[in-house]
Amino acid sequence: MSTRSSTLTGRIMSAPSIIALFLWMIVPLGMTIYFSFLRYNLLSPGMEEWVGTLNYEFFLTDPAFFASLANTLLLVGSVLVITVVGGVLLGLMLDQPIFGRGILRLLVIAPFFIMPTVNALVWKNLLMHPVSGMFAWIANSLGFQSIDWFSEAPLTAIIIMVSWQWLPFAVLILLTALQSLDRDQKEAAQMDGAGPVSIFFYITLPHLSRAITVVVLIETIFLLTVFAEIFVTTGGGPGLATTNIAFLVYTQALLQYDIGGASAGGIVAVVLANIVAIFLIRLIGKNLDR
Amino acid sequence: MGAIRLEKVKKTFGTLDVIPGVDLDINDGEFVVFVGPSGCGKSTLLRLIAGLEDVTDGKILINGTDVANEAPAKRGLSMVFQSYALYPHMTVYNNIAFGLKMAGESKAVIDEKVQNAAKILNLTDYLERRPGALSGGQRQRVAIGRAIVRNPAAFLFDEPLSNLDAALRVNMRLEITGLHQELKTTMIYVTHDQVEAMTMADKIVVLQAGRVEQVGKPMELYNNPANKFVAGFIGSPKMNFLGGDYARKYDCHEVGIRPEHVAVSTESGDLPATVKIAEHLGAETYLHVNADGFGPMTVRATGEVPLGEHDKIWLTPERDRIHRFDANGIALGKL
Ligand SMILES: Nc1ncnc2c1ncn2[C@@H]1O[C@H](COP(=O)(O)OP(=O)(O)O)[C@@H](O)[C@H]1O
Ligand SMILES: [Mg+2]
Repeated sequence: MSTRSSTLTGRIMSAPSIIALFLWMIVPLGMTIYFSFLRYNLLSPGMEEWVGTLNYEFFLTDPAFFASLANTLLLVGSVLVITVVGGVLLGLMLDQPIFGRGILRLLVIAPFFIMPTVNALVWKNLLMHPVSGMFAWIANSLGFQSIDWFSEAPLTAIIIMVSWQWLPFAVLILLTALQSLDRDQKEAAQMDGAGPVSIFFYITLPHLSRAITVVVLIETIFLLTVFAEIFVTTGGGPGLATTNIAFLVYTQALLQYDIGGASAGGIVAVVLANIVAIFLIRLIGKNLDR
Repeated sequence: MGAIRLEKVKKTFGTLDVIPGVDLDINDGEFVVFVGPSGCGKSTLLRLIAGLEDVTDGKILINGTDVANEAPAKRGLSMVFQSYALYPHMTVYNNIAFGLKMAGESKAVIDEKVQNAAKILNLTDYLERRPGALSGGQRQRVAIGRAIVRNPAAFLFDEPLSNLDAALRVNMRLEITGLHQELKTTMIYVTHDQVEAMTMADKIVVLQAGRVEQVGKPMELYNNPANKFVAGFIGSPKMNFLGGDYARKYDCHEVGIRPEHVAVSTESGDLPATVKIAEHLGAETYLHVNADGFGPMTVRATGEVPLGEHDKIWLTPERDRIHRFDANGIALGKL
């Protein structure tokens, strides 16, 4: 099926969608790059002028940039660790023939279907609220002082929320991988004298390495741009405590009406995302080649 | 040392009675083959001995000690799986070394044993490869190597050759037999292929629906099958069974005649028949015939026989090779 003529036909047939996709990507990107070199503020329309790299200088030397870069990496890193470790443990549990496994699986998967804004509202008002939240109630009934999550540990609160949202994804992928583990392999290891812990580290975990790689890569793409959870709960504060790059770009564009600056920030975010992607692919991408 | 004894071993899965109760003695150093049709419980019985399934009832004695409640690794047995069950992310070396590593052996001891096993199995050049980069026969050898290094009381094989092509299967059959002669360790070998059973076994255990039908040396089973099932299962092509008038002549319900124990003539004989298909193999000829009044039979003639479709022939069974069975399929003894 891959004669020269069929290859050519294939190319011609797929060309329209590829061209459409390419335009879809390149036009906004080109405009953003163009805007990032302009002084372009919505408060002074008609005053656009070419300013070279000035927007980039401002964005990159802004102390808020470094704070939000650190927050972004901390958020992504923590959520990855929590979801992968939690996903493996929950996956192992759901792989056992335990009572009510079907219902349990459904419950574990459910958070993934809740939209981020709703997720954030539930956590903010029902769980983490310092007066009426459930955590406060638990702490009080045990005789402890309740924590005002969003002012005392705001980034931790965001990390918990986002982890809760993404844990099901990790569980889903890792559980599927666990189920594809050959029973014979575990039994062979058992015959070889390996206990449950050895089987986990020598057989199960290596088997999961590919699935873990997939989870890390996909989650990273989405976690770099976490926005709704921050917008709904902390609004990036207190101060800059929960401002990540995505949120910083938003404050530039819509709170200061600075389209030029926001565009520069957007381009910086694109470059950062690519750096992270290259770094990750180098680090763990070889797991996907097998 | 590896004498294994099963006493009233039972296994049920829920309400499914897979092994209703097996008694069996396996002597030290014996090559025992469990043979039977697919689904008859061979693997289950082997897994019970290995400890990968819990017995529902009964005792499993290894060298006199009941191990029915011991963990698999404590029983001192090695198993070779049908799927090989190699660890895909480990090199061949580490696959073979894994059991020793788990047993806490020193690096030097592990290395010596692994190299030794690799030499026996011709794997020395492949030690640094992953299983994915090996052929089927080589994977099979790695699986055997993994079993050897643990120096087990007995080896357990579960249909180890069924994933190999025909030529390789014959080779590996000889290799495993050779290995047994060299190591002199007890081996229990599960197969559905009666040719493997006949060629490899010191002792064959024929199973049907979880029951032991007969235990004996290959030629004992061939010459004196205890019942119709064993008679039909052992030997290839299958034994012919004739009932009716012909059986009454021999004072029984049914007679069994092996294809190789029938003389063929174009002039005269016991049973007139018509050739339907003749398979010419050179050294022998399989004639699938229709015996008048009795239906299809298979006959094996030595050498080239110039017969083909529609040819009229006469068949004469060797009288002292005729097996007689009663209405329950139990053998009645020869004439
Ligand atoms: N884990 C199990 N649960 C339920 N039934 C089983 C299980 N393992 C095997 N069986 C049943 O036991 C019977 C014997 O299986 P098995 O020992 O694998 O047969 P064989 O190896 O002789 O082909 C089959 O009917 C099979 O369906
Ligand atoms: Mg089987």
